[in-house]
Amino acid sequence: MKIIVCIKQVPDTSEVRINPETNTLIRDGVPSIINPYDMHAVEAALSIKDELGAEVTVLTMGPPQAEAALRETVAMGADDAVLLTDRAFAGSDTWATAYTLAAAIKFLGADIVLCGKQAIDGDTAQVGPAIAEFMDIPHISYVSQIASVSGDNITVRRLMDEGYDVVEAPLPVLLTVVKELNQPRMASLKGKMRAKKIEIRKLTHKELALDENNLGLKGSPTQVKNIFAPEMKKDRIVIAGTPEEQAGELISILKAIKCI
Amino acid sequence: MDYFLNEEQQMIRDTARQIAQEKIIPVRAELDEKELFPTEIIKVLAQSDMFGLFIPEQYGGLGRGALELCLAVEELSRACLGVSTSYAANALGTYPILLFGTDEQKKKFLPDIASGKKLVAFGLTEANAGSDAAGIQTTATKSGTEYILNGTKQWITNGGEADIYTVIAMTDKSRGARGASALIVEKGTPGFTFGKKEKKMGIRASTTCELVFDDCHIPKDNILGRDGMGFIVAMKTLDQSRTGVGAQGVGVAQGAFEEAANFARTRVQFDKPIIGFQAVQHMLADMAIQIEAARALVYSVARYVDSGAKDITKSSAMAKTFATDVGMRVTTDALQVMGGSGYMRDYPVEKMMRDAKILQIYEGTNQIQRNVIAQNLIKEFSRNK
Repeated sequence: MKIIVCIKQVPDTSEVRINPETNTLIRDGVPSIINPYDMHAVEAALSIKDELGAEVTVLTMGPPQAEAALRETVAMGADDAVLLTDRAFAGSDTWATAYTLAAAIKFLGADIVLCGKQAIDGDTAQVGPAIAEFMDIPHISYVSQIASVSGDNITVRRLMDEGYDVVEAPLPVLLTVVKELNQPRMASLKGKMRAKKIEIRKLTHKELALDENNLGLKGSPTQVKNIFAPEMKKDRIVIAGTPEEQAGELISILKAIKCI
Repeated sequence: MDYFLNEEQQMIRDTARQIAQEKIIPVRAELDEKELFPTEIIKVLAQSDMFGLFIPEQYGGLGRGALELCLAVEELSRACLGVSTSYAANALGTYPILLFGTDEQKKKFLPDIASGKKLVAFGLTEANAGSDAAGIQTTATKSGTEYILNGTKQWITNGGEADIYTVIAMTDKSRGARGASALIVEKGTPGFTFGKKEKKMGIRASTTCELVFDDCHIPKDNILGRDGMGFIVAMKTLDQSRTGVGAQGVGVAQGAFEEAANFARTRVQFDKPIIGFQAVQHMLADMAIQIEAARALVYSVARYVDSGAKDITKSSAMAKTFATDVGMRVTTDALQVMGGSGYMRDYPVEKMMRDAKILQIYEGTNQIQRNVIAQNLIKEFSRNK
């Protein structure tokens, strides 16, 4: 069985500051980490490997420094790591990113594709499902438990607002996972030593035979016009008292402003 | 201080430090309070390959040596001596196999030890054989293709939790020390049971119990070295492991020192942080000096052991004695710096002080170590004449 895990290197948001002039992230000097949800996807792949045996390849698209993120996953136990790096990929939105990743996954071949539910920088949660659409395979998002995997079938729990769905799908399939799925393992010493030496495979648009018009900024229908922090609204009322008193007061306020 | 550790040594230290930070510190007080064996932490150590550090690569380990083991032990000890004792006792039990095992024995036992699948314990001490190991009363009587083991081992670290035991027993009482042999005994062997679990002052996350042998049949193939080599096996094993006990002393001292220094920076009396008072400053300075001196000695001796030197007895005894005396003194002073707070269980230092005491006692009391050092000095001086 072949499993591909898509990961993204993101700024460590616990260290992020916003430039008040431009309202954009200050990336200088901010450490990079693997998107935390993707760590759960890596762990899921390694658990399947431990249980059933599988070849786990970790894939990312990014600048050459994203190699560090890939090496971290090799230290955890991934067999192979592939970096999609090419100037032509720069500035990709979710459409172009998913298009490129899907092409790479088709090129590499996979029975199961795992992604984190979303990245903590962009927060779109679009790339995973979009990859599945480009590949024309089923996807199940927000997976909180992998109940069973067989050679041609998978059964999972999908986290819902209230409770969960049990969903079955044929392979190949793409899953996006939530943090409730598992506890990512620590890297082992043997893994770290292997990670230090492993050669990271690099792919560009040429190997994947992709049309440059669909890539990077050129291939991205979404253009970010402005990033800004929402304006703070200052009119706030804190209602005190017992829950009954608070509810009564709230109702009279809402009636007064004709909300109810 | 920079001890010029190579990249892999730093990686090993950092891995142990991360485990200590994330997995040990959050639970150490509870493990101590409830006297719980750290099963979950042992699993993490196993998964991180920490049990294979000093085991050759051909038997599934990482093929490193005493220094790497000391680095790991020091970091774990900085967080909790109970956990580090469970970890280090595993190495103590493994050395007899590593040093004296046949290729077949190594192939059979070491891979599972390296992966952490099986834990190991070393069984030497008895009720009447502590410092005087020649008082061993457990017997291993040869009978056909087996040894029949009878007797009770006392205060065995990892007893009950371990799957593999290296046990010293008398195969020929009439020959005294030359009549002892070392045997590998597996948990589950009929006639092998566990006695009472001890209640200890410190290192309460580590388990200590009796091994009881009642007509326990051991295959002859499980002997380490030859008949009558038991004492040599025990002594060479202790020579190897003692530096690691020194590393425990360095680690617990470092942990207590950091707690005391951080406390002194924030505790305000007479309108200023107490670290501003010379009485406290001098205590902290003395602690720092002792820790660095102990660490330098432990690392130097570990490197000497790794060089393949044969005469490591005196050096390893020195490292053990000095660094564990430092461990006791520094944890005591750290508590003193923290005053009443240090004495309370809300802070980890009272536990560190209780834990540190064992280091001056186990794997040869520091008085016995001084005997060993002195015997070697006498030999060296008579040779030089």
